[in-house]
Amino acid sequence: MQKAKGNVTSVNESLVGVQATDGAIMNGEVAYITIEDGKRLKAEVIDVKEGDNAYLQVFEDTSWMKVGDPVEFTGLPLAVKLGPGILGSVTDGLQNPLYELGKIEWFLERGLEVAPLDTVQKWHFTPKVKPGDEVTGGSVLGSVPEKLFEHKIFVPFTLQGNYTVEHIAVAGEYTVDEPIATVTDSTGKKMELKMAFEWPVKKPMPFNERSVPVKPMPTGIRILDALFPIAQGGTACCPGPFGAGKTVLQHSLAKHSEADVVIIAACGERAGEAVEVFKDFPELIDPRTGKSLMDRTYIVGNTSSMPVAAREASVYMATTVGEYYRKQGLNVLILADSTSRWAQALRETSGRKEEIPGPEAFPMYISTLISAFYDRAGVEILADGQTGSLSIIGTVSPAGGNFDEPVTQATLLSTGAFWGLSRALSDARKYPAIDRIDSNSKYPSLLEENEVAYLLELLRDGKTIASNIILMGEKGITDESYIRYQKAELLDAVFLQQNSFHEVDGVTHPQRLRQMFTMVKQIIDAPVYIQGKEKIRSHFNFLRQAFLDWNYMRPDEEGFEKQKTTLLNLVKQRGHVAENV
Amino acid sequence: MLQKTYENIDSIGRAILTIKAQGVHNKELAEVIYPNGQKAFAQVIALNGDQVTLQLFGGGFGVSTDCKIRFLGKPIQVGFSDDMLGRVYSGNGQPIDGGPELLSDRVRVAGPSINPVKRLIPKDMIRTGVPMIDVFNTLVRSQKIPIFAKAGEPYNRLLANIATQTDADVIIIGGVGLKYDEYHYFRQRIEEAGSKNKTIMFIHTHRDSIVEGLMVPDLALAVAEQFALQGKNVFVLLSDMTQWSDYLRQVANAQDQIPANQGYPGDLYSQLASRYEKAADIEGAGSLTILGVTTMDDVTHPVPDNTGYITEGQFFMKDGYLELFGSLSRLKQQVNDRTRPDHRSIMNAMARLLSEAEERVKAQKFGSVKDDYSLRLLAYRQTFQRELMDPFRYLELEDALDLCWDILAQHFKKEEVGLSSTMMEEYWPKKGEYKVLKVLADE
Repeated sequence: MQKAKGNVTSVNESLVGVQATDGAIMNGEVAYITIEDGKRLKAEVIDVKEGDNAYLQVFEDTSWMKVGDPVEFTGLPLAVKLGPGILGSVTDGLQNPLYELGKIEWFLERGLEVAPLDTVQKWHFTPKVKPGDEVTGGSVLGSVPEKLFEHKIFVPFTLQGNYTVEHIAVAGEYTVDEPIATVTDSTGKKMELKMAFEWPVKKPMPFNERSVPVKPMPTGIRILDALFPIAQGGTACCPGPFGAGKTVLQHSLAKHSEADVVIIAACGERAGEAVEVFKDFPELIDPRTGKSLMDRTYIVGNTSSMPVAAREASVYMATTVGEYYRKQGLNVLILADSTSRWAQALRETSGRKEEIPGPEAFPMYISTLISAFYDRAGVEILADGQTGSLSIIGTVSPAGGNFDEPVTQATLLSTGAFWGLSRALSDARKYPAIDRIDSNSKYPSLLEENEVAYLLELLRDGKTIASNIILMGEKGITDESYIRYQKAELLDAVFLQQNSFHEVDGVTHPQRLRQMFTMVKQIIDAPVYIQGKEKIRSHFNFLRQAFLDWNYMRPDEEGFEKQKTTLLNLVKQRGHVAENV
Repeated sequence: MLQKTYENIDSIGRAILTIKAQGVHNKELAEVIYPNGQKAFAQVIALNGDQVTLQLFGGGFGVSTDCKIRFLGKPIQVGFSDDMLGRVYSGNGQPIDGGPELLSDRVRVAGPSINPVKRLIPKDMIRTGVPMIDVFNTLVRSQKIPIFAKAGEPYNRLLANIATQTDADVIIIGGVGLKYDEYHYFRQRIEEAGSKNKTIMFIHTHRDSIVEGLMVPDLALAVAEQFALQGKNVFVLLSDMTQWSDYLRQVANAQDQIPANQGYPGDLYSQLASRYEKAADIEGAGSLTILGVTTMDDVTHPVPDNTGYITEGQFFMKDGYLELFGSLSRLKQQVNDRTRPDHRSIMNAMARLLSEAEERVKAQKFGSVKDDYSLRLLAYRQTFQRELMDPFRYLELEDALDLCWDILAQHFKKEEVGLSSTMMEEYWPKKGEYKVLKVLADE
């Protein structure tokens, strides 16, 4: 395809019309517009009209552009560079490393592009093939150590058909730009391969063999792991009004989830939140690996004051990197915060293109895009029998906190777990403020199925009794109901609520979750013979106090076992004393 | 640069004008030249072939088809110098305090955002002396946070209080859609507090055009950013961003943009974000803190709703009180573990009990609240409101924390408050011995 050239014909914020000359234009290809001061602004073709008119969305501020400015089309779709060196890095929505940009300018000046992967760093390459071997797209040529694991070097997935290895580099130090292999296709055509290659972000990487998400992914958050779990390769939708605790939940998931790789797509959200992650994580030690938490993390930041047109690119880029690490046989978690900002960016562009709007002015095709996005998550069985997974947790920021809006609804149709954040709970400081009744998950819990049902039943009972108390007062209900209500409240206070800022309580590993559940169950199952609301409440207050004190203790801490005994005695004693009365 | 003048105006609306012209830049500054020689500013906002759309700073009223448009070959800029301190400017950057125009460096307006790697994690508490802020929703240097309130609440008084009671090096006031007396009030308060020499005001009142109102935050923030880059700690006050959003809606509407929610343009979120995100604690330089005002009737209205997703919390003012529920400081966790060891715990305990009390308020309407514990909760709620929620009661943080313990001890038993036993040993007041609280005779 001959690359086209052209000139700007119209400018409307990020949407620019271009009249193309000589050559074909492809929907989705990248183009560069050169403005008067010589800066080249990156853009993407999003529509072609009347054969030679293209609409471009420009990934940068379009100030000072004028009609007639020259445009060069690249003939290539927007792509991400895949290879060693992604982990631990922070890039903008177009894969420009932010620390590198920071060496050039304080501000995110337009027209700057930096190599996405470090071109100077040398990686120790160990070959796995020899000359004469047959390979195809996705075959492993060798590996390099990257942070926590062996990073496989693949034959680019874009290559189709069979190739013969003619030359392979000997073990040694290479940069991502140096050739490490030469292969020939069936016609004898030679091709040089490097450790990194490009993949178009909007094209899902094909699965080698797809499987279903059934293995729980512990998050360290009790309400999720016990009641509304996510599986490796699963998807979750987390909508909530502002101030209900989405951000704190995201940070907690990024720190404590049992994933090999965590990718944070900070899409249209506050810059400060991404900063907290990439400045804190390098200092934090991941107890699972003993290494810095940043070593397993990659951050794509298209924060709210960065160009809106790059929102969409940032989400897809994160996903493509996630798919790539899944191909490495790793369990990858993507935190997409927030998918609503991506949808709003699409709405802005759609409006400028004067497309007929759907509900709340979102484009008609929004639900299809959202479903296709979550479909890129999943479990993959690789050619060598290893398994990799990509899980996606997407937050949604519904207008007015009302879940009955197009983005939330489309997301609910596409995901396997629903964590509805509630302002009523966050006002009551019941964190995480995930609705205990309305949330759900189709993935297996760390607890047994009947145990989950047992807890949910108590919570529902508690809610019913609570509304009766509001209507009829405490005197209007029986002691028996009141005890049931107090048990539900206790379950909420000591098990579902969690202080994410506390060193110990902030994360609960599966073993401790089991231990806590056993304790909670003992309390719930124990008969209470005390009479009178005041005494019943006091009994549960003591229990709650003792349980919370226990929650804040490390298992290896002196006093941990003692506190456990105190708690158990409290359960028995109270019941026992009451029995004798 | 060559300045080109055109005279074939196509259309004139309330705030928008279109004209045929060539070689014009997107976002270029232009002048409308009236037949009598008077001038008004305009800015290019869209190009389509030879059709240029301009936003009129002076509004469309009085513009005629025999006016000329001169394109000035430069973007919008604002003056920047230390001599601006103490001065008052309009939304088009002209002095309106009767003083002389300054010849100073000019800096770009609405520039790109700072590279996130140049941001520091906010870590310095700003002491305001307002208990609901210092104890429950601590303000942090470089925070962006608005006051949510109905029109008519004393939000501007609180804004001026906070700005003048704290240690800001520079205060920049961006007034959008102010009534004349509100403008006067700001001037007076700044002078009374002796802060005039560190304050610059950009003021748009109801008699000025909406396009000038739209420019105010950009001018205020561009100047503030320069001071911050010089190492100053800058406070920017923006009042009222709901009116600003309304002007945005009017201009979008005049351009035939497809509205999203309640007539607001689909990019309302991005528009608000690109202003509020200027708040930053900058590595190796100073900081920029934004205190805004968002007037509202209902928090689900598009302006407060979008704002809430952008800002780092909000202070919710109602009936003259600063409310606990509905208020939030997202950055408080960065600082409230380094104030006093009991700060976080007491804050959470007070909030949890108040929330329990709120449930009883509902139940009280059914006449079903008779038990002792519920009655104590209701009494606690009253004391809380009286002692802590007045935004104009000045208390040092430590006194306010002591007051919280006093209030708990007045109404509750130790095992009812859900605090750790070690914490209570240290802080729980002995019977009747309150440090700050003065118990009223009828309690």
